Amino acid sequence: MKGSPIKKIGVLICHCGKNIAGTLDIPELIRGAAALPDVAFAGDYKYMCSQPGQELLKEKIKEFGLNSVVVAACTPNLHEPTFRKAAAEAGLNPYCVEMANIREQCAWVHQNNGHSATEKALQIIAMMVKKVAQNSPLFEASIPIVKRALIIGGGIAGMQAALDIADAGYEAILVEREPSIGGHMAQLSETFPTLDCAQCILTPKMVSIGSHPRIRLLAYSEVRGLEGYVGNFKVKIERKSSGVDWDKCTGCGICMEKCPTKVPGEFDRGLGKRKAIYTPFPQAVPNKPVIDKANCLYYKKGVCRICEKNCEARAINFQQEPQIIEEDVGAIVVATGYDLYSTENLGEYGAGEIPDVIDSLAFERLLSASGPTSGEVRRPSDGKIPKSVVFIHCAGSRDPEKHKPYCSRICCMYSTKQALLYKHAVHGGQPYLFYIDIRSGGKNYEEFVERAQSEGVIYTRGKVGRVYQEGDKVIVQGVDTLLGKPMKIEADMVVLAMAMQPQLTTPELRRILKITTDIHGFWTEAHPKMNPLGTTTRGIYLAGCGQAPRDIPDTVSQASGAAGKVIGLFSQNELPLDPMTVYVEEDLCAGCGLCVAACSYEARSLDPQKRIVLVNAALCQGCGACMIACPNGATIHKNFSRKQILNMVDVLT
Amino acid sequence: MTKLLYYPGCTLKADAQHFEESAMCALKELGFELQELERWNCCGTVFSLATDNTMFHLAPLRNLLRTREEGGDKLFTLCSMCYNTLKRANKLFNEDPEKNDKVRKAMYEEAIAYDGKTQTLHLLSLLRDEVGFDTLKNKIGKGLNGIKLAPYYGCMLLRPDGLGVDNMEHPRVFEDLIRAMGAEAADFPFRAECCGSYQTAQQPEIVAERTRLIIGSARKCGADAVAVSCPLCAFNLDQRQAIAARLHSDFELMPVLYITECLCLALGIEFKEPWKAFHYAPVDAVIRKMEKKA
Amino acid sequence: MIAWEMIYMLKEKGGLSYNTKMEIETMDIKSEFAERISEISGANLFKCYQCGKCSAGCPMAESMDILPNQIVRLAQLGQWDEIQNSNTPWICAACLACSVRCPRGIQIAEAIEAVRQICLRNRNSERRLGLSDEQIKELPPIAIISAYRKIAE
Repeated sequence: MKGSPIKKIGVLICHCGKNIAGTLDIPELIRGAAALPDVAFAGDYKYMCSQPGQELLKEKIKEFGLNSVVVAACTPNLHEPTFRKAAAEAGLNPYCVEMANIREQCAWVHQNNGHSATEKALQIIAMMVKKVAQNSPLFEASIPIVKRALIIGGGIAGMQAALDIADAGYEAILVEREPSIGGHMAQLSETFPTLDCAQCILTPKMVSIGSHPRIRLLAYSEVRGLEGYVGNFKVKIERKSSGVDWDKCTGCGICMEKCPTKVPGEFDRGLGKRKAIYTPFPQAVPNKPVIDKANCLYYKKGVCRICEKNCEARAINFQQEPQIIEEDVGAIVVATGYDLYSTENLGEYGAGEIPDVIDSLAFERLLSASGPTSGEVRRPSDGKIPKSVVFIHCAGSRDPEKHKPYCSRICCMYSTKQALLYKHAVHGGQPYLFYIDIRSGGKNYEEFVERAQSEGVIYTRGKVGRVYQEGDKVIVQGVDTLLGKPMKIEADMVVLAMAMQPQLTTPELRRILKITTDIHGFWTEAHPKMNPLGTTTRGIYLAGCGQAPRDIPDTVSQASGAAGKVIGLFSQNELPLDPMTVYVEEDLCAGCGLCVAACSYEARSLDPQKRIVLVNAALCQGCGACMIACPNGATIHKNFSRKQILNMVDVLT
Repeated sequence: MTKLLYYPGCTLKADAQHFEESAMCALKELGFELQELERWNCCGTVFSLATDNTMFHLAPLRNLLRTREEGGDKLFTLCSMCYNTLKRANKLFNEDPEKNDKVRKAMYEEAIAYDGKTQTLHLLSLLRDEVGFDTLKNKIGKGLNGIKLAPYYGCMLLRPDGLGVDNMEHPRVFEDLIRAMGAEAADFPFRAECCGSYQTAQQPEIVAERTRLIIGSARKCGADAVAVSCPLCAFNLDQRQAIAARLHSDFELMPVLYITECLCLALGIEFKEPWKAFHYAPVDAVIRKMEKKA
Repeated sequence: MIAWEMIYMLKEKGGLSYNTKMEIETMDIKSEFAERISEISGANLFKCYQCGKCSAGCPMAESMDILPNQIVRLAQLGQWDEIQNSNTPWICAACLACSVRCPRGIQIAEAIEAVRQICLRNRNSERRLGLSDEQIKELPPIAIISAYRKIAE
């Protein structure tokens, strides 16, 4: 071994309670491991990751003078850092520690076949022993950090993250696609289970964002490009053309008052009207209007210009071009939020064509004091006050066959809230809920459901089969599965608790950010349990419903968590880099550039003078794609050389 | 004249002769000649839902084979149930290798082996995809202007998903056809609610109750008549009105017409006197109204 | 709203009287009927989460003594007698509204066809249509053939 010092390898086998020991024969594994070449010690412990387990590791390193260690336990994704840290505390270079995964890749998948599984586990251990024998000690380099964060999405998640980061003393850039921040929470009436008014708790936060000295709010803007790496991102942001010079605009609102064009407003889910020059709602932050070019008479026909004539600040600028700005940031929080699955997808519930069958956000607008009916519940078709309203849970959720397989998590609670608020608003009105299961896990949530039930909201266990119009009634054909009876309700109105889905722009942003989503388009966290705030790219964190459906308290908590991650990152002056990367053996490199194309992280470039490839260690993720691409074997992965890999394969042959 | 190989099915030669005749008249006007398969057999009416009843699929597949023998690759049907059974059997033949094998072996005495390439074509698809509703509208002009028809799809034209003539939960084709004929299509919530189907043989009262609901719904929508394309739906919605009327004194009869009878009237083709005798609910008034319009 | 009626009841043979609430003994809970139904229909009844959408959209539900979702539950628990004594499989019109709407993709109409098939193949259900000459004259062939195919021995 190239005259390297004599290898003294320790093998420590974890029982993981019964997870491993329940299937594999541990004493047999110890015997087998001890007999492997270069192994100086083989032992076991019930939970290697526990404090005593780690102490055992340190003890054995010292006792036997180990210079390499294999921990045979779970996936390295989970505890590799744990054991590397423990080894470092005992004076061993952490990169001389490897994990043999005998849990996920062996014990769990061969539960009924202990004998063969033990043989396989021993081979896995032997492979890692072979590998670790040729590991070199590695040392971390470090890079500087730009202490400014980018937050994508100005809903409650993005707002909370921006405020926490800014309050901790760092700069935050908050990018919002819509003309105002506030997100879906601004549309809500009152919030469960406390029934406090959404606007009352949200608008003060919106104002704080608008006036915070360390928050730069870029509303009506979208992220168009991203380069760089943790601590050193370069982001391109488009400030969309609003037709209004916001620097001049005083927010007086005269333009909106005078504009002659009225169209259904998105904020009111089409139930109310807005002008062609508009702010989404009166409490908008920033309180500056944008022109809807699809509907504005000037943009459509070149006439009108009434807003321009009435603007004393001379802020209307029909010729305004979109503007691309570039910013350096050190970390990113992705808080892109959700949208509702469209009612058009549910043909059996009227396919969105029955006027009095609306989605739950539209009903929020009918309940909201600032909504199109000023908080009076009036149905869209004829403005009458509905005397009976049916709320249908799981409209598109929990339906793997046709729609979304997942539970949208908040519908049980908001439908309960909406039913209760409706009952309070309409004297003698009867709400009916059709549910499959009531999911009220959350602080004071079950108590809230109990309150609604005791106030006379009728809960019917069963799903609705069909909804159709008959005269001025909406007929709901359901079932009471507890009674085993079909059930028909002649309702005045129906509210569909539509499934939540990620914003439809997510795929485009995914392409820009190069982070992953699941099959439904929700952002994928780095680890579902151990790193739910991180992504596969260091320095990019997640908050809010873009990751999965969740309610306001959970969203705010998660956003603060993501902000905490950013603040933690910014509290360091330099960032240690993972040394598990590749290097180029200059003598062997022919400068063909195949590896440059193979690299997904833009970590490679061709030095035109020397005709060799350079590696940016800060960008390199150590994936090894370049190593495969290189025809000369010039690219070598530190501690994952071809030789090591072949040695591992040899164990199996 | 485009020739279409045509599969009538049993009922079009018995209780639904007026369906066949009116279809022939209307399609002739549109440039299609129905050429009946020389040899055909009953399709079995219902597609067997049991996975181990392979023999039941032989009957529909034989008709598809006859089509190939006669050099065709499309088989035209009027009856919704035949359409469903033929189409499903063919899908099974093409997509289930095990069934395919069994069925092939069972058909060893046939002159040629079936290749799975006969497409089943329903009247509604023909009018939408090959004639085109715009062409039809231009040809018809004002047509049945002022008439409101309730389009009754029933089950077998739409289900299961992906096999029907249109979107299962939110179909448009029947409505579009009615509009192309110049008439108004009723927004009819019971358009795809089952009429009770074969239960009419065993439980006529239950079917009559379905009929009452469906006809009642059509009446609430202000329809002049219900339009159908299935002889079993037609029987249940029309003939079973007799029981509905007996059981409910307030039940009012409503004419039930085959879509092809409506098409004839829209195209200005005379509604033949013998057709009337096949109907239970009187059709004279509505036909007079339709004739006047067209 | 709706009169309470026991659903888990055994219909006594030869009469319409109902006895007391059915008790399900652990011994009775066998999956073999569900598996048998699954063999014939291809439907995995154990996927059912009892949302009831099948029954809610069933056009014939009002005439059934046990709703389709309850048939599925009874099959899961191996309660064959209950299913066999129910009128539900013989009321079902195989319109497929249940199958196409099931959120979990269970082919319920197919499962009910399997129940009919099991009964008919046992040849002890004494299911005959027994149509009179008058009925045969009245009914179109499509009705007679389909009824024989679906609900008669």
